[in-house]
Amino acid sequence: MERNLMKGNEALAEAAIRAGCKCFFGYPITPQTELAAYMAKRMNKAGGVFLQAESEIAAVNMVLGAASTGVRAMTSSSSPGISLKSEGISYLAGSDVPAVIINVERGGPGLGGIQPSQQDYWQATKGLGHGDFHLIVYAPASVQEMVDMVVTAFNKADEYRVPAMILADGLLGQMMEPVAFPEISAEQPDKSSWAANGHKNSREHHIVNSLYIDPKTLEDKIIERYERYAKIKENEADAELYLTDDADIVVCAFGATSRVVKSAINDARAMGIKVGMCRPKTVWPFPEKQIREACANASKVLCVEMSMGQMIDDVKLALNCEKPVEFFGRTGGVIPTPAEVLDKIKSMGGNK
Amino acid sequence: MTNEILIAGFGGQGVLFAGKILAYCGLMDNKELSWLPSYGPEMRGGTCNCSVCISDEPVGSPLVLTPDILIAMNQPSFDKFVGTVKAGGTVFVDSTLVDCACDRTDIKIFGIPSSQLADENELKGGSNIILLGKIIKETGIFTLDTMKKAIEKVVPPSKAALIANNFRAIELGMNS
Repeated sequence: MERNLMKGNEALAEAAIRAGCKCFFGYPITPQTELAAYMAKRMNKAGGVFLQAESEIAAVNMVLGAASTGVRAMTSSSSPGISLKSEGISYLAGSDVPAVIINVERGGPGLGGIQPSQQDYWQATKGLGHGDFHLIVYAPASVQEMVDMVVTAFNKADEYRVPAMILADGLLGQMMEPVAFPEISAEQPDKSSWAANGHKNSREHHIVNSLYIDPKTLEDKIIERYERYAKIKENEADAELYLTDDADIVVCAFGATSRVVKSAINDARAMGIKVGMCRPKTVWPFPEKQIREACANASKVLCVEMSMGQMIDDVKLALNCEKPVEFFGRTGGVIPTPAEVLDKIKSMGGNK
Repeated sequence: MTNEILIAGFGGQGVLFAGKILAYCGLMDNKELSWLPSYGPEMRGGTCNCSVCISDEPVGSPLVLTPDILIAMNQPSFDKFVGTVKAGGTVFVDSTLVDCACDRTDIKIFGIPSSQLADENELKGGSNIILLGKIIKETGIFTLDTMKKAIEKVVPPSKAALIANNFRAIELGMNS
């Protein structure tokens, strides 16, 4: 496959178009603006719709409308914008409408800053809006993975009728790396059993809705949805294991941070420290089994994040708190350095 | 083998463009690579820098903190980053604009009057490319052929007329 050089933000957009995304609704915000700009340039030529909405809230509700008719639709933003979209995302989940939402995270809370962060982990995995619901959340660590995961996100969203999110950050969005686009099947799943599209009165109306006044009906709906979540947990959790077989210390990190950690691990290995990494590629569902396997022979675990420590909760839960889990993080847009992570690994000892 | 390159200067000097050419050189040579621009508050203050990693292995952290090669196109960038260059590293400076006196003896510093050369040769804004020519001559990181191919790839079709000027700037740098 031919390698091209692309920014992460542009690669996300191109991958979505190739995955059959027909509607993109966006609103500019640093550091994801190139995504919307690329869509503005390409989407029309690709036979789709690009629309810059008047706000993030409008954009996500346009996604709800478009995706309800059965087309593939996407929106993207960065942290403060995702908070604005959270109401619409809850409606997507409550209406069982598949769609893809991209968060190129920046520092928070509030307006925060514009540099990379991973402070939206809790929001993405635990509570992106009101009500009992989840999204499938993918955490790419390279521009190539951004491409591959957008395609997977559209497919899995359709398969399970849930919204899916790409949880990236400003570093991945802004950087350029070689990227190759896989052949993507033009065939899309049949949504005719539920999509609210034109049918010239040839069938009963389809209603896409998230309002259920009768509590028992609503409870049944949610329980059915949780049966799908159970299948997602069983089938879709994914992680990369790096040098974990003989590792005495296992580092857990995702996204851009995992690249910094990998550099630190290579340096530590050169010094004879037995350290490896477990990198969640999906953060919901969380790859609990993979983490347990990766840490089976380790005496200590370290979680490194661009936050004050959020994924560390899930790591502790996955390990049933049976092993000590330490934390190192930088926040507010500061990117940890390989040297800082190496110092932390060294301070934890680690059998040579 | 990994080469970590940091290019720094004012906005408008072609810092990101020079980085893009180096990144495309890596692509042409089938290397692993990353290109990361500064987009933070420092950029909004008028200065700009760009990290490029060229490697035989997958690139870990794309942020260059201790460069093997530094290109400094203004005084604040030289002053800020010269101390971060790895021992044995190389620094390329636009000496028309930058006083590159420095007491480090473990690095090599090349001062090239690239802005002046660009003006004298009617290559306005070509200082960045002249510096790239000097880099391939002194470090051998890429061949002239690779860099020419990269330039053909980076210059957009609507500006194809500028390719010849860029080639001239590279050769000026190589011969400086």
